[in-house]
Amino acid sequence: MGLRTFFDKIEPNFHKGGKFESWFALFEAVDTGLYRPADVTKTTAHVRDGIDLKRMMITVFICTFPAIIYGMYNVGWQANTIMADMGLGAVGNWRDLFIGSFDANSIIDNLLHGALYFLPIYLTSFIVGGVWEVLFAMKRGHEVNEGFFVTSILFALICPPDIPLWQVALGISFGVVIAKEVFGGTGKNFLNPALAGRAFLFFAYPAEMSGEAVWTAVDGYTGATALSVVATDGMAALSSQLTWMDAFFGKMQGSIGETSTLAIFIGGLVLVVMKIASWRIILGVMLGMFLTAGLCNFVGDPVSNPMMAMPWYWHMVVGGFAFGLVFMATDPVSASMTNTGKYWFGALIGFMVVLIRVVNPAFPEGMMLAILFANLFAPLIDHFVVQANIKRRLARG
Amino acid sequence: MEELLSLFIRSIFIDNMALSFFLGMCTFLAISKKVEAAIGLGVAVTVVLAITVPVNNLLYTYLLADGALAWAGYPDVDLSFLGLITYIGVIAAMVQILEMLLDKYMPVLYNALGVFLPLITVNCAIMGAVLFMVERDYDLAESTVFGIGSGIGWALAITALAGIREKMKYSDVPEGLRGLGITFITVGLMSLGFMSFGGIDL
Repeated sequence: MGLRTFFDKIEPNFHKGGKFESWFALFEAVDTGLYRPADVTKTTAHVRDGIDLKRMMITVFICTFPAIIYGMYNVGWQANTIMADMGLGAVGNWRDLFIGSFDANSIIDNLLHGALYFLPIYLTSFIVGGVWEVLFAMKRGHEVNEGFFVTSILFALICPPDIPLWQVALGISFGVVIAKEVFGGTGKNFLNPALAGRAFLFFAYPAEMSGEAVWTAVDGYTGATALSVVATDGMAALSSQLTWMDAFFGKMQGSIGETSTLAIFIGGLVLVVMKIASWRIILGVMLGMFLTAGLCNFVGDPVSNPMMAMPWYWHMVVGGFAFGLVFMATDPVSASMTNTGKYWFGALIGFMVVLIRVVNPAFPEGMMLAILFANLFAPLIDHFVVQANIKRRLARG
Repeated sequence: MEELLSLFIRSIFIDNMALSFFLGMCTFLAISKKVEAAIGLGVAVTVVLAITVPVNNLLYTYLLADGALAWAGYPDVDLSFLGLITYIGVIAAMVQILEMLLDKYMPVLYNALGVFLPLITVNCAIMGAVLFMVERDYDLAESTVFGIGSGIGWALAITALAGIREKMKYSDVPEGLRGLGITFITVGLMSLGFMSFGGIDL
């Protein structure tokens, strides 16, 4: 018996009045995840493109793969290098069961080591978030949405490798439930759920989400991120330990998916070409960041605040800038909807990220908060763009 | 001058009345369904703050503070126990005047604000700003800047909230949370976004 016939046979159980009526959302999710939806357009379709929300979200999901693979490699490479330096032969926990050797020169060893940190985080985020998603879908009678695939993978990628798994569960729960599901699910929220969850953890458990000890997988090792190096010791200190190319390729510490600007841009290019990510937002963020960083370089005093001297091309490759730019700022739900509004929305992010990084000593990194802040003003920006259009049309008569 | 500028920025963003101190919540939640009305209320609150904080500052410095009456020959008199009632009286008078002006010159806004205009009198953002002024020992220039700044900050917050709530018309909120419940959650999430400024030391 084929899988399709099996699905067809059990389907009536999930319909209204059936035995498992309340599980319809889950059945529907599995079914349409494997096969195309049963209800297709029967007459002439008035669309020029077959892309729907399902395919869009899966594309975003696939576009994170370069960042995932590089992220895993980098976590492993960082850990293996440090372990060699510290003379450790084993990590001293369950991961030893899976890893034979910790050779930092072997790509396989690095990937395996990194995967053993990334996969548990991702699985936790996927399962816990998925349970919430399905629960809400069942109780509220909407479909399980593919947007959740994206939320869970993005959330896992912006976690530090060392994060305890229960915090992952807590963060994704907050993101999915409070930032998305209470508003009615995908497309109806106003904050990016992955970022909201990350920000919740950031403020609730600062010790595990920031500082110097969390960015590598090795216990007891502390290493500052590029941004905090600059904030304390200045640009010269950063250039002496990290070249720009290294930062661009991602050979540095940070959250799992955010380090390699190159890998992120590969995914981003696909998203822009497929018109899933708005190039207007990306352009806006880049321009806002470029101008604000330029202004800081120009008027700032690098002696009292070394971050003032950080040029725009460094802002671009360190911290979460690239990841936020490609995957978070362009989230079509929480960004501005109007074309003009997208430039302003992007520019606000670019401006805020430099402002937080440079002016705010409390947070070395600013991309997360900058995007959340711009999310708050996205509807307002749209409102004014629409009003301006109405005025212009009225004036035209 | 630089100090005033940094006070201005601080009172708008870092010490935002609505989203950092959660002051002025009742009107903040009630008049944030429409962007236009929210802007109107924001302007009204800003105007009231810009007038009442410096006026109360003058009253405090020259009448109420310990030893303030030295100019009249009573250096030992301390009238600061009259503070609260004086401030609220000044605020009430200012709001009354503003209400009459709006009724005469901007009836649309007057109708949109409805009962909430008189309620600005007891808007805790305004009383809060006055009390902050006393507590932090602002002089006249500082209290003017502080009044305008916290008014603009509050107006910015309520306008952003109104924008979000207009967009939320399309949301499908669970029944038990509709109305104020979801608005509280929204405000909480907004204040998470405003944390970007927390910790900036100007």
